[in-house]
Amino acid sequence: MEAIKTEGLTKCYGKNRGITNLNLSVNEGEFFGFIGPNGAGKSTTIRTLLGLINATEGTARVLGQTIGTGKPEILSRIGYMPSEAMFYNGMRVRDCLRFSADLRKKDCREEAERLCQRLELDTTRKVSELSLGNRKKVSIVCALQHKPDLYILDEPTSGLDPLIQKEFFSLLQERNKEGATVFFSSHVLSEVQNYCGRAAVIKEGRLIACDKIENLRNTSAKRVSLRFLPGSPEIPQPSAENLLQAGGFSPKDIADIRKTDDSLSFLYNGEVNTLLKYLASLSLADINIDEPDLEEVFLHYYEKGDDTQ
Amino acid sequence: MTLMKHEMKLGRTALIIWTLAIGLMLAVCVLIYPEMKSEMDSMTAMFSSMGAFTAAFGMDRINFGEFTGFYSVECGNIIGLGGAFFAALLGISALAKEEKDHTAEFLLTHPLKRRDVVTGKLCSILAQILLLNLMVFLLVVASVLAIGEKIDWTPLFLLHLSNAILQLETALICFGISAFLKRGSLGIGMGVAMIFYFLNLVANITDSLEFLKYFTPFSYTEGADILADNHLNAPFLTIGIICTLIGGIAAYVKYCRKDIA
Repeated sequence: MEAIKTEGLTKCYGKNRGITNLNLSVNEGEFFGFIGPNGAGKSTTIRTLLGLINATEGTARVLGQTIGTGKPEILSRIGYMPSEAMFYNGMRVRDCLRFSADLRKKDCREEAERLCQRLELDTTRKVSELSLGNRKKVSIVCALQHKPDLYILDEPTSGLDPLIQKEFFSLLQERNKEGATVFFSSHVLSEVQNYCGRAAVIKEGRLIACDKIENLRNTSAKRVSLRFLPGSPEIPQPSAENLLQAGGFSPKDIADIRKTDDSLSFLYNGEVNTLLKYLASLSLADINIDEPDLEEVFLHYYEKGDDTQ
Repeated sequence: MTLMKHEMKLGRTALIIWTLAIGLMLAVCVLIYPEMKSEMDSMTAMFSSMGAFTAAFGMDRINFGEFTGFYSVECGNIIGLGGAFFAALLGISALAKEEKDHTAEFLLTHPLKRRDVVTGKLCSILAQILLLNLMVFLLVVASVLAIGEKIDWTPLFLLHLSNAILQLETALICFGISAFLKRGSLGIGMGVAMIFYFLNLVANITDSLEFLKYFTPFSYTEGADILADNHLNAPFLTIGIICTLIGGIAAYVKYCRKDIA
């Protein structure tokens, strides 16, 4: 069964684009990543699913129920972490946690305490005095303490230090093993790669890819960065224009060429041997062949998107 | 219930401060009355000969020589204006502050129906207004007893009751408005209270603009009328109650469908 299923989900803000015709499907028990740059529509999607905002068109079902504003039957089974963790001024951490549990009509004190210990969160502090990272921790406990069936997390790791991030993901993995579904948005590719089984990529309000992580990565190109030896005129440095010709690459193999005085970098998606032969002909000081960063994965999908248009 | 309790807790300090401010000012007014009483005859003459100013506060129709006359003017301004501001701020911020402070995302992702959120907030507003008026009234009664003045309690009670209703009306109108706001705007709340107050002043001063009384809740808290009639003005009160209901209903209708910023 599907934990989240959207059909043609669209949200417009006046004339501004929110999300357009989004068809997304997340199965129960999945650890699902939702990737996109800022402003792509990740938060809009999540807020629509939660019933904070109304869809302009399309439908969606969460945990088998049709979404809508203020639906207790859905919300009681969700743990949500907003991207900006804000709480009521003047309240202490433990009051916030208790308030959240009371609103759910559940006694979560034991679980809350366990979570606070693992996340090293001092419950006697006032929330207004907390740093962003510590407020995030409060948000995590609020989302996890009632042991929901579905976790919807909007950029949960921003502001958390690496150790806590690791602890946070191991908590999520435990919950996932117990059968809960995790759906989280991020613009950090590595965390999506490390923890998710599947991921969707959203760009300008549209879903441009949705697949297993391995498949998403396999289709992505490599970032090749070259730094040339200074003053070796016998081997001419290729310019951005003649790179294709010099290496004998086909145009679709090369993308996003960046050139400075002594360096050249480009995305490569072609035959490895062709690239190696070309590189051997150059006089190089340094070379780097990397997984592309997230923007470049997007770039890859953007271009793919353009091809089909 | 949880939400109402939470709201009351958040508003506790403000409620205490407003209660003390209004209550103590009224108490002071009451306590200085014996001092002023001996000079009241000349003061009545003075107050009733200040032209438009006199009319604005209804002082042409009031006998300052009597405690209730004196109190209705003082009371009308202190609890009227103070209470209206308190109620307006309460009403305008209840829903909108959640979005302004980004706590709406926290609150509204808990298993609550939107209408339960509105109800919880509304109940806390009503409770806070009732508490304020009760405490203020008790303070006033205590000070009246302290100065040993023999007075007619009915108009005193009616004055306070009408002001409590005025506060409910102002709060609910602001509450209704706040459901439409994206960001909390205390200014709008203050503006509503001020406009109500000045509409009444203008209506008192200018005979041709007397119809403005229908647009302000201060019309049914007018001390001079209450003292003269010994009951509240039914038409003004009816309009007030209708506006109160409209404010409440608007809040429910809008907020249950609202896109939360």
